[in-house]
Amino acid sequence: MKRKLIVPGLLALLACAFPFVVSSYHTFQLTLVLVYATALLGLNILTGYNGQISLGHGAFYALGAYCTAILMDKLGMPYWATVPVAGALCLALGFLFGLPALRLEGLYLALATFALGVAMPQLLKYKALEPLTGGVQGIAILKPEAPAFLTNMGIPLDADQWLYYFTLAVTALMFLLGWNLLRGRVGRALVAIRDQHVAAEVSGINSALYKSAAFGVSAMYTGVAGALGAIAVQFVAPDSFNIFLSLILLVGIVIGGLASISGALYGALFIQFVPNIADEVSKAAPWAIFGIFMIVFVYLMPSGIAGGLRRALASGRKKAHNSHTPLKEEGT
Amino acid sequence: MIRLSVPLLALALALPAAHAQKKYDPGASDSEIRIGNTNPYSGPASAYGAIGKSIAAYFRMVNEQGGINGRKINFITYDDGYSPPKTVEMVRKLVEQDQVLFVFQTLGTPSNSAIHKYMNARKVPQLHVATGATKWNDPQHFHWTMGWQPNYQTEGQVYARHILKTKPDAKIGILFQNDDYGKDYVKGLKDGLGDKAKSMIVAEVSYEVSEPTVDSQIVQLQASGANVFFNVTTPKFAAQAIRKAYDIGWKPVHYLNNVSTSVGSVLTPAGLDKCVGLITSAYYKDPTDQRWADDPAVKQWRAFMAKYNPDANPADAFNMYGYSAALTVHQVLKQAGSELTRENIMRQAASMKDFRVDTLLPQILINTSKDDYAPIEAVQLQRFNGKQWELFGEVISGGH
Repeated sequence: MKRKLIVPGLLALLACAFPFVVSSYHTFQLTLVLVYATALLGLNILTGYNGQISLGHGAFYALGAYCTAILMDKLGMPYWATVPVAGALCLALGFLFGLPALRLEGLYLALATFALGVAMPQLLKYKALEPLTGGVQGIAILKPEAPAFLTNMGIPLDADQWLYYFTLAVTALMFLLGWNLLRGRVGRALVAIRDQHVAAEVSGINSALYKSAAFGVSAMYTGVAGALGAIAVQFVAPDSFNIFLSLILLVGIVIGGLASISGALYGALFIQFVPNIADEVSKAAPWAIFGIFMIVFVYLMPSGIAGGLRRALASGRKKAHNSHTPLKEEGT
Repeated sequence: MIRLSVPLLALALALPAAHAQKKYDPGASDSEIRIGNTNPYSGPASAYGAIGKSIAAYFRMVNEQGGINGRKINFITYDDGYSPPKTVEMVRKLVEQDQVLFVFQTLGTPSNSAIHKYMNARKVPQLHVATGATKWNDPQHFHWTMGWQPNYQTEGQVYARHILKTKPDAKIGILFQNDDYGKDYVKGLKDGLGDKAKSMIVAEVSYEVSEPTVDSQIVQLQASGANVFFNVTTPKFAAQAIRKAYDIGWKPVHYLNNVSTSVGSVLTPAGLDKCVGLITSAYYKDPTDQRWADDPAVKQWRAFMAKYNPDANPADAFNMYGYSAALTVHQVLKQAGSELTRENIMRQAASMKDFRVDTLLPQILINTSKDDYAPIEAVQLQRFNGKQWELFGEVISGGH
């Protein structure tokens, strides 16, 4: 049990130390990684655990981002207060979208969500909503400074560092909630519906309720991520949330590892950094390079980075175990 | 320290002025000037990527020829896929990690909007942005941001002047895309018409980018009795509008915005015979225009393209655009001399007097001041003759 806590503890320590070691630009990039990780965890609840494919989660990301931007810009709400509002809004809308979507299985659901993802940028440009959304112009929001009490306590943080810690705290909370949700009864029910939905219903699982709840929770995670992303980038515009965002989120969970909580983090690192690497390799065809990376990863780690690491660790332990037993011959 | 600096100061003053002012901000040194840029090399707007590539090619040429004032240009350009969050990330990388002296020709209205506040808070020049929105000319509030191409309002004003001069009894019907870009044009036209705007404009119809066609809008405009058509549409809709107006027998004087003047992607799909008489404006030399076949500047550009940018399509006007913008910043850096501070870059960019870029149309001069951040403010009208655009009349500058 103690050993189980060492790794997360070290990780947490590392995560907290980052902004003091790296430049503020890298701090900003890591903030985006945390944002993507939250979004990917949301999509993973839906697709990885519950088996419903969504090609339109970028729409919920956009909703969360716009919710925050509008509340901050029009109503002058403090940034931290907008995050739960964005989450609640996406939870409700996701649940409602999930109700009719229940009738759609597999690829048909993928198409319905695809439509949502494609439509979102155009809805955001809609004339009647322009006073709120700012139309194609989008909304620029102010970057939150570190709260005064920290400076008074003698902990001077710049805006980027503070934003990183704020995002880290929200992300950690979301991951904790996700872990709590998925390791127990609810998680088992979601997986059961994914694997054998008839058998699941026979064993008394309310499949309809679970599926729309999964959609709602998933949308909530993505909405919270969108809100955090908007605060970090300080700008929202319809062109920021095109269908490509939805697709790259799906790429993130597959590469990171389906139905894995830590996979969300690996996937986030992948979608944040690999396009930059690809751009540095070739300006002429960055996405071709990205494609090669993707194929290599899928080929080498068919169950995602999380699955690949798990297997590597397991085989490492086995080897260690095998080489140890003949020497010690302990009956553990 | 103070005691020491007095003789130093005296020494500095004694030296000739040109040598005395060797001052550097991050990104500049005795041997190098680092310039940053973002362009959509991937994604839906990747056609614009030709601009970034031709600027990079231009600086390769400059470096081969010895650089500017003996300094090599290190032009660092990243792909932002026309996505504003990516632009923010890449521009932060340019400023904070690559430590560029300034960014130049960052492309796209939304992308530049996303970094507008950041650049000005950081006091890093956002120079000659590649977008025609009017808001880049706002030196009072955004000292560190400057446009380059004629803005949409300027162009609208030019059409207004031409209408006032040639058709005083005009009844104007306007079709515009319902966004910033469309509204900028309409505002320019109204400003140019002045008091006459109310009486002359008989119909104003808009469309959304999401609409499949603009057919019903054209019918509506014809019914309004307009005899002048101000067509503010992006390529796909421009082709539809031209075709529909012709098909229903509406024959107004047709002004088409500069955004949609491509013969290949707008006029040909609409039908070249239906485009005869269209009026639009231009500010740089179209490489496909036969009139410039023997023009020395265009010949020089062709030689540049062949040697430094051989993979690009020489019929693509974006290559001319990027080259012309690079010539402008070249002059800014020349003027800045060895005082390569961010403040001086803005000062020099804002003090260009009758500067001539020879790939722009003859008589178009670049003028800026600390209250005027709009380098190119003049355009020339051109009319379509069924085969190609033909320039006519004087070079006209917008308002002011």
